[in-house]
Amino acid sequence: MFLQTKGLTKQFGGLVAVNKVDFTVEKGKINAIIGPNGAGKTTFFNLISGFHPPSAGQVIFKGRDITHLPPDQIARLGIARTFQTTHLFEQSTVLDNVIVGHRLRTSSTLWDAIFRTARHQREEKQCRDKALDVLDFVGLTDAADRLVAGLTQEAKKRAAFALALATDPEVVFLDEPAAGVNPDETDGLAELIRKMVERGVTVCLIEHKMQMIMNLADKIMVLNFGEKIAEGTPHEIMNNEDVIRAYLGGNAIA
Amino acid sequence: MSVLLNRRTVVTGLILFAVLFPFVTRNDYVIHIMTLSFIWMIGVYGLNLLAGYTGYLSLAHAGFFAVGAYSLGLLTVEAGVNFWLALILACLFTGILGFLIGMIALRTREHFFAIYTLCVGYIIYLVIYKWDGLTGGVRGLIGIPAPSNIGPISFTSSISQYFLVLFFLLLTIFFIYRIVHSLTGRTFMAIRNSEDLALTLGISTMKNKLVSFVLSTIFAGLAGALYAGFVRFIGPDIGYITITFDLLIYLLIGGIGTMSGPIVGTLLIVWLSQYLQFLQDYRMLVFGPLLAFLIIFYPWGIVGIFQQWKQKRQARKARSIHQEENRKDEVELDAGVSADQEQVREG
Amino acid sequence: MEVLGQQLFNGLTIGSIYSLVALGLTLVYGILHIPNFAHGALYMMGGYITFTMMTVVGVHYWLAIFVSVVVVGLLGVLMERIVFHPLRDAPPIHDKIAAIGVLLFLEALAQWIWGADYQSLPTPYGQVVNLFGLTVTLQRVLIVVAAVLAMILLNLFLKKTFTGASIIAMSQNREGAHLVGINTNKVAMLTFMISGGLAAIAASLSAPINLVFPGMGHLVILKAFVIIILGGMGSIPGAILGGYILGFSESLGATYLSNDYKDIIAFVLLVIILTVKPTGLFARGGH
Repeated sequence: MFLQTKGLTKQFGGLVAVNKVDFTVEKGKINAIIGPNGAGKTTFFNLISGFHPPSAGQVIFKGRDITHLPPDQIARLGIARTFQTTHLFEQSTVLDNVIVGHRLRTSSTLWDAIFRTARHQREEKQCRDKALDVLDFVGLTDAADRLVAGLTQEAKKRAAFALALATDPEVVFLDEPAAGVNPDETDGLAELIRKMVERGVTVCLIEHKMQMIMNLADKIMVLNFGEKIAEGTPHEIMNNEDVIRAYLGGNAIA
Repeated sequence: MSVLLNRRTVVTGLILFAVLFPFVTRNDYVIHIMTLSFIWMIGVYGLNLLAGYTGYLSLAHAGFFAVGAYSLGLLTVEAGVNFWLALILACLFTGILGFLIGMIALRTREHFFAIYTLCVGYIIYLVIYKWDGLTGGVRGLIGIPAPSNIGPISFTSSISQYFLVLFFLLLTIFFIYRIVHSLTGRTFMAIRNSEDLALTLGISTMKNKLVSFVLSTIFAGLAGALYAGFVRFIGPDIGYITITFDLLIYLLIGGIGTMSGPIVGTLLIVWLSQYLQFLQDYRMLVFGPLLAFLIIFYPWGIVGIFQQWKQKRQARKARSIHQEENRKDEVELDAGVSADQEQVREG
Repeated sequence: MEVLGQQLFNGLTIGSIYSLVALGLTLVYGILHIPNFAHGALYMMGGYITFTMMTVVGVHYWLAIFVSVVVVGLLGVLMERIVFHPLRDAPPIHDKIAAIGVLLFLEALAQWIWGADYQSLPTPYGQVVNLFGLTVTLQRVLIVVAAVLAMILLNLFLKKTFTGASIIAMSQNREGAHLVGINTNKVAMLTFMISGGLAAIAASLSAPINLVFPGMGHLVILKAFVIIILGGMGSIPGAILGGYILGFSESLGATYLSNDYKDIIAFVLLVIILTVKPTGLFARGGH
């Protein structure tokens, strides 16, 4: 079992945002989570990545219970994520934004910084090389020295992917990777996501663009009002009556 | 390469200027003001590391400045400790206090952090003001000794004091420069940019914020201790919120989150204040609106304006080179490159 | 028993002032998510304008307060338009710094116009009255009555009028308010107007028992921040309740602990609260 949630639940006050969700992220596959707005998808991500402590249930990664670990430690175990908004620093170059992504694999301290120790030189180079490597992977080599502010939305998404990949993850959680990106570019991002899996990184994503998901995903879970209502291959999901009802029942897909 | 050379020349030139300055002016008053502004700069650099590079606006820095000053003052006057030892102890003590306060303060974010530190600053002021038995209360602390001799070097003349403070300023700048241009600095900036993102990148934000906060308070304490040794008299007012605001004005006008901002802002405002002396206490009539104006239109201060201008020029150059290449090779431009490179304000 | 009663009444007076100031602060925070550091300067301006109206123009206390409310209210609106409106999408550090700029400006302005001296505001209600066995000045009784009246009126306005309801709506959900057609610009200006007005009332009421000087807003605003953190940032009942809690703790603390350190009580309270709950008591939040 690679990554698994057992009865994962989150309550905000009286509201149950995620309700007893059992889910398995399969290694080497593209796993997707869909559902109407407010179905608890992002909250589900926040629970796995340690941003919110769950009210009940467990998250297990490679046999280890990571339910109550803080986000930074979860990241160090090899679980990366992106946000709906990229959170990149606009006034800085793409490369500068991505270099810090590999920081968690280094151990330089303040001492190393002030006295420019050999370790610091080595690790700085290591971070830079990593950044150039992942930028090359996402196809942003040419944009490395440009300010993020001048990038298209699609390029920003690629930069955010690069940042996540710079942490050397085993699994990446992508929160609406194609939001705000036009259809042509969406295909490009889908291609990139496939490439990530080929490189050995497991992917789990939330997406609203149905066509993209159905073509891309190996496995889909559908959430509605915080509960899992279906799980299966794209084909199974498309023909699932509960899913169709959830989507037609007033909560249109955004 | 030329840029690097350029920068090195500028830095060397500035240091040379600072070294020669007292011999050129030979005016004790001017040297005095300059020494004071160097002391402020050290404090401003401290504030810059935290507010500018880590994104946490501390309003308690006058408090830490005062803690440094009073630690030195009390150690030398009351306990008879050697000046240099007292200087080290003052920094150490400020740092320890910073650590304890930071442990709690840094659990809060944004507005809460600003309000929290504002209150911490006020508590420090109030304790100094009211704890008559220790600090002398409103009467202040007098008779703080000048820095004691190191071998044949004495620190009684204004020129020698000037060089002493300059030495510590350069040391501060050196430290800050190294920190900012390191993985640690990148980590701080990642936190400033987005704490959530930093967490998902596996950065222990609490630990890093604490490092930044403690360093920042140590620099404030160092500035305070030097101030005490230089002015030789301190009162509770040095811990009042107005001093924090002064530091903030220097930083903002120079350029928050820039390496040279503290120097530019402090020099400019300190000397401008000298010329605006007829304004006296009303100088805030000018600086207050200036602060608001800058933060609305030029949030990175004077240095920011300069950098923006340089970037634009570079972008224009880059674009014209690109166009030339295009004409030669007739290669299709990739969609992004022609995109407007002008800085867009973060929205 | 006599002392206790006296102190409780003092607490009630101070608490009334605190509540009024904190109310203005919490309203602005609720609408715009700005901790308005310049709010203390508005308070100070309120004190000075009432003072000027009474001593220079020579109008009656109540009329002076009315003018003060209007002027400071407009000052608040001006502040919103010139400073905070342009910064509405800026990083959070910016509006705080801008507010500090405004604060410094207003204080220097006051010092320029009125000088740095402490002024005492003459009150027509200086006489001593006997209230339930306590000897108190009429001014103190007035503070409590007027403050409570102001709070009741504010409450009626917020609950019973459409404009008031739109303020509440916007503080609960900015985008939502915008979507249902509330003019968020107008609401923001109105909120600043009310906030300034409340500060002016508070200052004018308290000035006769304290004094008027350029730095008179410092401590009050710091405490108001403590109060709204105590009562929940943006919460109206929280601000009122918090104001009185602080008022009582201070007057009791001054008697039974230390008069020297009574001003520290608020900050110690804050340190304790934020140590236990970094997001403040009653934080509204969660996604």
